[in-house]
This record gives sequence, structure tokens and C-alpha cells, in this order.
Amino acid sequence: MTAATLRLSAQALCKTFTLHVQGGVSIPVFNDLSFEAHAGRCVALAGPSGAGKSTLLRSLYGNYLPDSGHIRLWHRKDWVDLTQAQARTILEIRRETLGHVSQFLRAVPRVSALDVVAEPLLALGVDEESARRRAAELLARLNLPERLWNLAPATFSGGEQQRVNVARGFAPNYPILLLDEPTASLDAKNRRVVVDLIAEAKSHGAALVGIFHDQEVRDAVADDIFEVESYKEPVA
Amino acid sequence: MTYSDPILTVQAISKRFMGRGGCVDVGFDLWPGEVLGIVGESGSGKTTLLNCLSGRTTPDEGVVLYRGRDGEMADLHAMSEPRRRLLMRTDWGIVHQNPRDGLRFGVSAGANIGERLMAVGARHYGAIRGTAADWLGRVEIDGLRIDDRPSTFSGGMQQRLQIARNLVNGPRLVFMDEPTGGLDVSVQARLLDLLRRLVREMHLACVIVTHDLGVARLLAHRLMVMKEGRVIESGLTDQVLDDPHHPYTQLLVSSVLPA
Amino acid sequence: MPEGYNFAYLDEQTKRMIRRALLKAVAIPGYQVPFASREMPLPYGWGTGGIQVTASVIGPGDILKVIDQGSDDTTNAVSIRRFFSKTAGVATTERTIDATIIQTRHRIPEHPLHEGQILVYQVPIPEPLRWMEPRETETRKMHALADYGVMHVKLYEDIARFGCIATSYNYPVLVHHRYVMAPSPIPKFDNPKMDRMPALQLFGAGREKRIYAVPPYTSVKSLDFEDYPFEIQRWDQPCALCGAADTYLDEVITDDVGTRLYVCSDSDACQERQKGAA
Repeated sequence: MTAATLRLSAQALCKTFTLHVQGGVSIPVFNDLSFEAHAGRCVALAGPSGAGKSTLLRSLYGNYLPDSGHIRLWHRKDWVDLTQAQARTILEIRRETLGHVSQFLRAVPRVSALDVVAEPLLALGVDEESARRRAAELLARLNLPERLWNLAPATFSGGEQQRVNVARGFAPNYPILLLDEPTASLDAKNRRVVVDLIAEAKSHGAALVGIFHDQEVRDAVADDIFEVESYKEPVA
Repeated sequence: MTYSDPILTVQAISKRFMGRGGCVDVGFDLWPGEVLGIVGESGSGKTTLLNCLSGRTTPDEGVVLYRGRDGEMADLHAMSEPRRRLLMRTDWGIVHQNPRDGLRFGVSAGANIGERLMAVGARHYGAIRGTAADWLGRVEIDGLRIDDRPSTFSGGMQQRLQIARNLVNGPRLVFMDEPTGGLDVSVQARLLDLLRRLVREMHLACVIVTHDLGVARLLAHRLMVMKEGRVIESGLTDQVLDDPHHPYTQLLVSSVLPA
Repeated sequence: MPEGYNFAYLDEQTKRMIRRALLKAVAIPGYQVPFASREMPLPYGWGTGGIQVTASVIGPGDILKVIDQGSDDTTNAVSIRRFFSKTAGVATTERTIDATIIQTRHRIPEHPLHEGQILVYQVPIPEPLRWMEPRETETRKMHALADYGVMHVKLYEDIARFGCIATSYNYPVLVHHRYVMAPSPIPKFDNPKMDRMPALQLFGAGREKRIYAVPPYTSVKSLDFEDYPFEIQRWDQPCALCGAADTYLDEVITDDVGTRLYVCSDSDACQERQKGAA
């Protein structure tokens, strides 16, 4: 791990939720948190439930905005601070550099599973045929029955939706990929497919950050473990 | 024009009615291919803002700059009426909440779609009709309905016809006021899917006013939340909806009934 | 000439006002000039606009012809002709070539008009855009900006519905390459006669209070599509009375079993031809 392999660097992140609707109660999540992700490696975020793993992952994706600190990403051969970037820059980063496999699929009505997976490729300018071929390849690998490919995933089971979600996240070879419990609803066979996909992404030089509830999966993919819990309390 | 040039630049727009209502000090940039959602309750100034942006209302203060196809920025409210009208039918589209405001109910679907073409000089009936038929297909309306009047169409079809009528001559900037308001959920979904596809294919810049956060999440890249005429929070759509900071936005987000 | 009336009924102030409007109308061919239309001793729709225009341009030496749908002897034509012989004492005629002023409702005479003649049209609705746009403020803007796309929407609709441009009267025209104008409800058969006509054409709409004009030798083009060019009506048979094959024919039903006859609508032209043949 050198400066040359650095892809993502979070520095002195603080995040507190203030719930104005519930009388302005403050929920501190983490404080002064810093960590790095490197090309070809996978960092597993660890800690008990409520430690702030998901909040951190969502902050790294730009979905949550930290109160202070910086998240620097290697994008288009330059460092961009996600906390300061304009909305359209963040969208550009998400399109080209930063992938995210969320825990739940936010299904768009009427869009077929195949198109859900192909969409990020189309956004990158890949032609329709190649995008669909790649999407079909991934869905086949994840053992999603072919009869479901042309249906909208809204009616799928949790495991089926998650496989669509995983395929979508791995469709482009993102240089940085965030994974939020990608195997939570999967059976052993499909868990192994996901482990393989992660290994391949690493061999492509991707930097991965993930939350893996499953001990076996975590052991198989994680190169580093990052304890989120230790940043819980404000620094005195 | 380079990728980094906004197509619309709005600076400190204010419009008050008898000292109240309207919108106050609103500014933003919009880029080609980008969809900006404006959300807020009824009376929050969304529609007034949209009217100021689209040249239908003159703001008390502030400027709206539009970058034409030649790359030059022009002040919308300072330009001559003929030029503004020309822009309206070549570069801009407006999709109204009520199809009666955006369609001619006295003439057929084909004539509705063809109007913008004829307004800019198309004089070949066969070609106009061909284009109209093609657009009916693109908005998923049976081509056999080309000679039917909009009054015989369902609400969802009327909205899709409005979209075809606006997009037929390849505008660059489209304003939409509650385009899915009053439609059944299944009809909404179809319309949203269509809009997403057209925005991507045509690389449209789009300002969409809605009070439906679900619509905003599906369509908009960026959101502005308005309350009492002011923008109280803005940013990436999923950030505003998933991590709202302003008390009003939190209230708005938490008030949505789960499906 | 009876006592108590000014020459040609209208007072001189009113005539001057109307003449100013007429001058402006001639200066801007096809543009609708507002004027302070007066109450006339006949109802709206009977030619109040045409009468005011005629009254403002007529002089003691003029010879007046009045036609209604081409005919000199229908009620409207007869009463207007009488009105002017009473109030102005001018000579009247039924012969197109002898007249200096021809007031018309819904036709242009078949005989070509010549320089020095004035054709006065009675106009019910002067606004050609009214069918598509009800707001007067908006139609004025549309004229000002030559924003005329909607006119073709109407023609498109005709073709879509009937397979051809079915508008057969009051067919919109573009005057002097600038203003779209309603030619009053003349049959479109007469539209080509307006183009580069040697006579001066004046239009008066009394109820709508508008005057417009086409000066002599001005271009008047009927709107159309490239693939559906403007066409005039044609008949399979000639006039049953005079045998003319190039005039506008009226259908006349002659009995209760549907026997019909096609005769010229222009009674003067028809009689002239019958005389010539005799």
C-alpha cells in the first residue's frame, strides 16, 4: 500500500444526525474518523450493529453529507473532495469511478431486471447490445432464472432483488466499489459467486470497501478490517 | 459549447405578489442532460419560480440567462419578445400539469404534435404527419389514434401527447409543472419511465416542479426544496432525501406514507 | 335627395375618421385597423362595415353596384343600393364594368376588375386567427410577430379529417408576404382573383370595428402545403343558363324530387353571357 495505490481517503470525518422532527435530538455517529482504501484491496468495515458502518459507507458514496472532514477520491486522474463537490460532479464520479451495491434495490417501475443491470453501462456510453450482453452474463452467473430477466424486479424476492443489485454494481468495472451487505439474502452458492466477483474486481485493481455480516464471506474477501466503533465518542 | 457550460443560469430571482407569496432570491445553474427537481408544498413558490424561469412571468429582481445553440448567454427577460417566442418553440418546452393548458383540444393529436413544426416553417403535410406518427410511437400511443382529438384520450395519454408535442422538434430545455399530478400510480410509472428515457436519449436539461418526492427521486438528479418562497435546502437528490438537514425537509421526507 | 341627411348618411367627421383608417389600412396591406364603427340604420351582419366604408369613399360622380352572393337582386343588395341612392343620390348599376364602387357580400364578380374601381367587402369576422386563438391580445401579438403556425394547424386538421383542405370559403391568405388575412366569406374560388388585382380592395367589419385593405397589384397568396397545394372548386357541368364553364356555380333545386340545376352565382356575368350568345 503506497501513495500510488491510494484510491479513497477519508479524513477526520464527523457525522451527527439532528432530528428536528423529534424535538431536535442529536445522534452522534462517528467523530474524527479517518481511513484509506487502496487499489486491489478490500477493506471490511466492522463493528456491532449501530456502530455507524452503513452511515460511513453512505457518506463515502455521497448519499450522506458529513458535518466536517474530507473524502478524497481518485477520479479522472485527480483528487476530488466528495464533501465539497457539486452535485453533478458527484454524479459524474458515481457514473465513472464509484460504484455502490446497496442492501436493498430501489426498483424503478416498469424497468426490466436486464435493463436495471445494463443502465450504468449505458450511462458510460457502452452500446446497447454490449451492455445487455454483459448484464445477461452477470445475471446468469448469479443464477437468476432467465425468465425473470425481462420482468421488473419490484415483484422479485429479496434474494432475487439482491442479485440484480449485485449484478448492477459489478456491471462496470468501477475503480472504487462500495458494498453494503451484498450477500445478506443470498444462499451459499450465490455467496460464493459474490466472493468470486469481489476477487476479480480486486485483480482488476479496484479498491473495495464493504460491510460483510457473514463471517465466512468477510474472511474470504477482506484484506483489512476497519473498526468503526472506536470513533463513536467525541474526542475530548 | 463545452461540457462545463451551464445551459441556464439563474441569479437571485425574486417575484412577490403584493409584498407576499412568490419566490425570493433563488439562484442555480442547470447543465445539459441534467434534471433539477423543485419540491415543496403548495404555495411554496414553486410555480411562480417556474413561470419566471420559463419567461411567462417577469421577476421583480434577478436574471435568467439562457445559453443558445450558438453558445452565447442571453438574458431571457431582456431579450425581445419575438426572440423569446422563437426560443419557446425551438429550444424550450413546457409540460403543464393540466393537459388543457398544454394541448389544443379542438384539433387532432397529429395536429397537436405538428404545430411546433409548422410554427417554424414546415409546409409538407406528409412529412409533418410522418413525424407526428413517429412521436406518437415514441410516447407509446397507438398510431391509429393520430386523427383523434385529445378529449378522447385518457389522462395519461394526454400527458404523453403533451410531451410529444413539446419534444417533437428537439428542444434543449424543458419545464414541467407536476407532470404526473392527477394520474393513477400505474400510469405515473409509465410516464416517469418514458421521461427518464427521453431525458437520457435527447440529453435534455429539465426543470421539474413536483410535490411528489417519489417522482423527484426517480427523475431528478438534483433537488431544491422550497418553503415560503425560499430555497431552504438543495443538493444531490438522494442526499437531500436520505440525509435532509433542514427541519422542513426532514418533515417533508418523514411525512411520506410508505407504499 | 331627401332633406335631413348628410351626403351618404354619415357625418363628415365620421367619414374623415374612417378615411384615416382606410389610408392606414392601404399603407399596411392586410393589417386590421381599428375604427370607431357607427350605429347604422340596419342590423349588424347586414353589412354595416361595408356601408360605412362605401359612405366614406363615395362621391356624387360614382356609380355603385351592390351584390350579395354574386346577385344584384337579393334583399341585402337591393336595400343597400336603395340606401345609397336615397342618401347620396348616386347612380347605381348592375353591370360590373360600369361600376366605380362595388360593395359585395361573399363574392368577387367574375368579370375582371380594372384600375380605378373599388371593391368593398362586408366582413363578419375579420380575425383569421380567431378560430385557433380566442384572445384578442394574443392574436394581435401573433400578427405583430408574424407568428402564424396555427393557421397551418387548421389546414392540417382539414386534410387529416377530409383528405383535402376542406375550408371552402373565407380561406386564409397571406397579403404582401406579411399579414395573414381573412378574405371575408368569399368562396375560395374567388381567392386567386384577389392576387394582384388592379382594383383597390377595402374590407369593413362593422360589429368588430375593423378596417383592412389590399392595395392594387398586391400579392395575395392562399395558405397551403407543398404536397396539398391550394385548389379552387370545380364543377362537372357548365352553367345551365349561360353555359360558362369557368364561373362559380350555385346549386338550385327545382322541384320536390331533387332535380337540380347549376347556375352562375354572378347574375350580371351570367346575363351578359346569355345576351352575347343570343
